[in-house]
Amino acid sequence: MNRSPYITDAPTVSTIMLKVLLALMPGIIAYTWIYGGGILVSLSIATTTALIAEAALLKIRQRPIKPYLMDMSAVVTAWLLALALPPLAPWWLVVVGTFFAIVIAKQLYGGLGYNPFNPAMVGYAVLLISFPTIMTKWPAPLILAEHPLGFVDQLNFIFSHALPNGIKVDAITSATPLDYLKTQLMLKHEVSSITQAPIFGAYGAKGGEIVTGAYLLGGLYLLQQRIISWHLPTAFLVALATISLLFYVGDPTHFANPLFHLMSGASLLCAFFIITDPISGPTTPKGKLYFATGIGVLTYLIRVYGGYPDGVAFAVLLMNMCVPLIDAYTQPRVFGHEK
Amino acid sequence: MKAIINFASNLIRGTSLKDVYKFNGGVHPHDHKAESTARPIAKLAIPKNLVLPLRQHVGYIPKILVKPGDHVLKGQMLAEAEGSVSAAIHAPTSGTITAINEQVIPHPSGLPDMCITLVPDCKDTWGQLQPIDWRHTDKKTLVESLRASGIVGLGGATFPTHIKLGASGKSNVHTLVINAAECEPYITCDDMLMRERADEIIKGIEIVNYLLGAEKCVIGIEDNKPQAASTMTAACQSKAVSVKVVPTLYPSGDARRLIHLLLNVEIPNDKRSTDVGIQVFNIATVLAIYRYFEFGEPSVGRVVTITGNVETPQNFEVLFGTPLQTLITAAGGAKADTTHFIMGGPMMGFDLPNAQVPITKAANCIIAATPKLFPAAPPAMPCIRCARCAEACPVNLQPQELYWFSKSDNFEKARDYNLFDCIECGCCSYVCPSDIPLVQYYRYAKSEIIAADKAKEAADLARERNDFRIARIEREKLERAQKHAERAQAGKTEAKLADGAATETGVEITSSRQETESKAETNTATATDKQAAIAAAIARAKAQKLASANATGTPVEKATSPEISKTPETEAAELKAKADKQALIAAAIERAKAQKLAATQAGLSPKNVDNASPAVQEEISKINAIREEVGIKDK
Repeated sequence: MNRSPYITDAPTVSTIMLKVLLALMPGIIAYTWIYGGGILVSLSIATTTALIAEAALLKIRQRPIKPYLMDMSAVVTAWLLALALPPLAPWWLVVVGTFFAIVIAKQLYGGLGYNPFNPAMVGYAVLLISFPTIMTKWPAPLILAEHPLGFVDQLNFIFSHALPNGIKVDAITSATPLDYLKTQLMLKHEVSSITQAPIFGAYGAKGGEIVTGAYLLGGLYLLQQRIISWHLPTAFLVALATISLLFYVGDPTHFANPLFHLMSGASLLCAFFIITDPISGPTTPKGKLYFATGIGVLTYLIRVYGGYPDGVAFAVLLMNMCVPLIDAYTQPRVFGHEK
Repeated sequence: MKAIINFASNLIRGTSLKDVYKFNGGVHPHDHKAESTARPIAKLAIPKNLVLPLRQHVGYIPKILVKPGDHVLKGQMLAEAEGSVSAAIHAPTSGTITAINEQVIPHPSGLPDMCITLVPDCKDTWGQLQPIDWRHTDKKTLVESLRASGIVGLGGATFPTHIKLGASGKSNVHTLVINAAECEPYITCDDMLMRERADEIIKGIEIVNYLLGAEKCVIGIEDNKPQAASTMTAACQSKAVSVKVVPTLYPSGDARRLIHLLLNVEIPNDKRSTDVGIQVFNIATVLAIYRYFEFGEPSVGRVVTITGNVETPQNFEVLFGTPLQTLITAAGGAKADTTHFIMGGPMMGFDLPNAQVPITKAANCIIAATPKLFPAAPPAMPCIRCARCAEACPVNLQPQELYWFSKSDNFEKARDYNLFDCIECGCCSYVCPSDIPLVQYYRYAKSEIIAADKAKEAADLARERNDFRIARIEREKLERAQKHAERAQAGKTEAKLADGAATETGVEITSSRQETESKAETNTATATDKQAAIAAAIARAKAQKLASANATGTPVEKATSPEISKTPETEAAELKAKADKQALIAAAIERAKAQKLAATQAGLSPKNVDNASPAVQEEISKINAIREEVGIKDK
C-alpha cells in the first residue's frame, strides 16, 4: 500500500549505459581514422558475441532476457574489451575474450550488479595471458604503415589472417611505444634517444595520442552528465602522473615523463571508462580515491617493472579484490554521529 | 566539482543564502506548488457528517467522554487526553453524536480504528470559549491547559504539542525554530497560511517563545516561497524573530536538516534537539496555539491542500472528520482518470484506502493521483552500486549497503550501518536508476529488528524475574536455616541447663553450638556465593540491555517519531538503585554473620536479636534469666 516515494527522477540503467556508449563514440571515430575500419569489425564481433552469450546465459539461469539485454551493460563490456584489444585481432580472439567476460566474469557471478571483477578486464587479462604474442602485436597507425591496409584487406586479415600478396605481417605491425620503450630500456638505451623513434608522437604514441584525446573528450561528457564521479578519473590520473613524475625527476634517462604515461596505452580509456565501472568499484567517495590511486600506482609499476607493456588490466583486477575492504574502511560519517 | 557547482550556484543566487549550512545530498523534485497557490484559502462548508478517529496523533488513545445520542457544541471535548503523550478530540461543529465504532481511517495500514461520528446541526454553535491571558498566567498552567486544546504538530508528525512545551513549565530551550520549509512537492498549506495569516503566526511565535523561554526564533522558509517569506519578514517586528530563506532542496523540512541549515548545529544522532536547546514547531501548529490562547478555540480544523488531478487545486480550511469526498467536490472534483488519492506529499505520503476517509490532524495535503502523474515503478533491476543514493542521502548513509543487508536479512549489519538513522525521506529511491524500492526495504528491516528487540526484551524480563525468584527462594531457605539453628541451640541450652551439670557441659554446649554454627556458616557461604553469582548475572544482563538500548533504543524511538521512552539516564538510575539495594542486602547478611561470629567467640547467647520476633525475644530473655541464675555470664 505504502510505496512512497511516488516520483523518481533518475536515468535508468539503460540510459546510463547508452550514455557511456555515446561517450565512447569520439574515441571510436578517432580510432577508425588512425587505424582504419578494422576496429568497427572487432566492435561488431564483440557486440554480437556479448549479446548472444548474455541471452544464452540468462536463458540457462531462467532470468527474464529482454530487460537484461536492454540494459546494454553487455554491449558496454563488449565495446570496452574490443577497444582494448589490438585493432586487427583475429575474430576468434575477440570472441573468446568477450565470451569469457560475459559468461565467466559476469553471468556466472550472478549477472548485472554481482560481478566482483570488471568483466572487460577479466576478458582482456585472460587473452593477454593465453595469447601474449597476438595481444602485443599492434598494427602500425595507417600514417606510419609501409602498406596501409584498406577496409577489405583488414576484414580479410581479421577473418582469415590473409594479407594482400607481397605484404608480410611484420610490415603492417609495429611495437607500441610502451612496448618499444620497455625493450629498448632493457637494451640500455636512454629514454631521450628511444623516444626519437617515429612511433612516438608529441606526448604518447603517434596517432594513438589522438585516440587518447578523444577518450578524454568522452570522459568529460560523462562527468558533465554525472554518469561518473570526478573522484575516480582524477585520483587515477593524479596518481599516475605523480608517481611517473617522481621517477622521472629521479632519473630522466631511464623513466619516461608523466605526460607520456598519461597519453600512452590505455591510460585515459581506463581513467574514464574502465575504472568507473560502478559494480566492481567502491561506492564511498574516499574509497573511490583510494581505489583509483591504487590502480594508478599499480599501472605504473607494472608498466615499468612488470612483464607486460601495459598494466591497466591487472591493476584494475588487483584493486577490484580490495573493494570490499576499501568500502568497509571508508564509510563516511553519518549525520549527527561523532566526528 | 560538486563544491564548485554549489559555490557557483550560490554566487548566482545571491547573498541571501550565504549563511545557510548545507547538508549532504537532497534532491530537487518538481515542486508543483503553483497549481494550488493560485487561489486563496477557502473555508469548506460543514459536511453532512463528520467522522473523528480517536487516533489522530502520536501516543495514547484519548478517553471518550460522550455517548451516542449526546448533543455537543462546537469545541466541546469529545475525548480527553489520557496518559502523558496523548491529545484530546473536540467537536468540530455543533451536532449530535450518532455512533462510536470502528471505521476506516486514513492510515498507511488501511485498517479500521475507533471513530466518533458526529452529525452536524449546521448551526455551528460554539460552546463557551475561554481565552487565556497568557501574558499574565504562569507557564505551568498554560502548558497544562494546552493539554486540553487537542493541538498536535500539524506538519504531519502529529506529536502532542503540550509535551513539546515542557510539562513542568521549565525548559532549557534557547532557540525556537519555526519549520516553514514545506519541502515536499505539491503541499502548499503552510505557504498559504504565511501569505494570509502572517500576523497571527507571529503572535503565536511570541507565545511559544515565551513558553519555552527561548531567546531567539528563526523561521526557515524555502526560496520557492518568496511571497510567504516577504510577508513573514514584514510581519516580524521583534528583533528576536527572524526569517531565514533556505535553498529549495528536499528534505530541508526535516527537523534535523532544517536546524543544520539554519543554525549549523548537527543534533547528535542519539539526542533530541531540545538536548541542545533547540525546539522546532511547524507554522500551522504555532497558529493553532495562538487561536487557542487568544480565542479559546481548540483544535477543530486545519488547512489542507487538495491538488493533483482535480479541477481546481486549492487550499481549504477543513473541519476534522470531513469526508475526503467533500473536499474533492469543493476542489471541482477529481478528473476522470484519477485512480486514487495520496495523503501527504509524493515523497513520503501514502495511498488512501478510499475517498470516504475523514480529514484528520495529520492531513496536510491530498493529491489526486493518476498513472500519468505517478507512473508505476518499472520492475526493479539489480543494484549497480552507482552510489547515487549515497550522494542523495541527507543523513549521509550508504543506502546501497543498507539495501544489501536488508535484502539478505543481515539485520545486525544493517544496524551497524546506522539503519535507524534513516528518516525514510525517499531520496535514495528517487534517484535509483534501477528503480529499487529502497525505503520499503528499510522499513521492512526496521520493523523486523524492532520486533526482534521486543521479543528479546520480553525474554530478558522473564529471565530476570526468574533470577529474582531463585534468589528469593535461596534467601528464604537461608533464613529458615538460621532460625532452625537458633531454635535448636536455644532448646539445647535449656535442656543442658536443666541437667544441672553446668560447668562441664558448658564446654560441650559451646562445642556443639560451634558445630551447628559452622554448619550454618557453610550454608550461608554457599548461599552467598550463589547470590553473588546471580547478582553478577543480573548486572551483566542489565548492562547488556543498557548497551543495546544505547546503541539502538534511541534511534528506534527517533525513527518512529518522538515518543517518550526510558532514557538511558533513567535506566542507569534504576540500575544503580537496584545495585544499591543488593549491596544493602549483602551488607546486612555480612553484618549478621559478623555478629553471629562475635557471639560464638564471645561464648554464649545470640546477640543479633533485634530482628527476632517478640516471642523469640521473650524466649531469649527467659533463657538469659535462667543463665544468670545459674551463673553463666556473657564475658
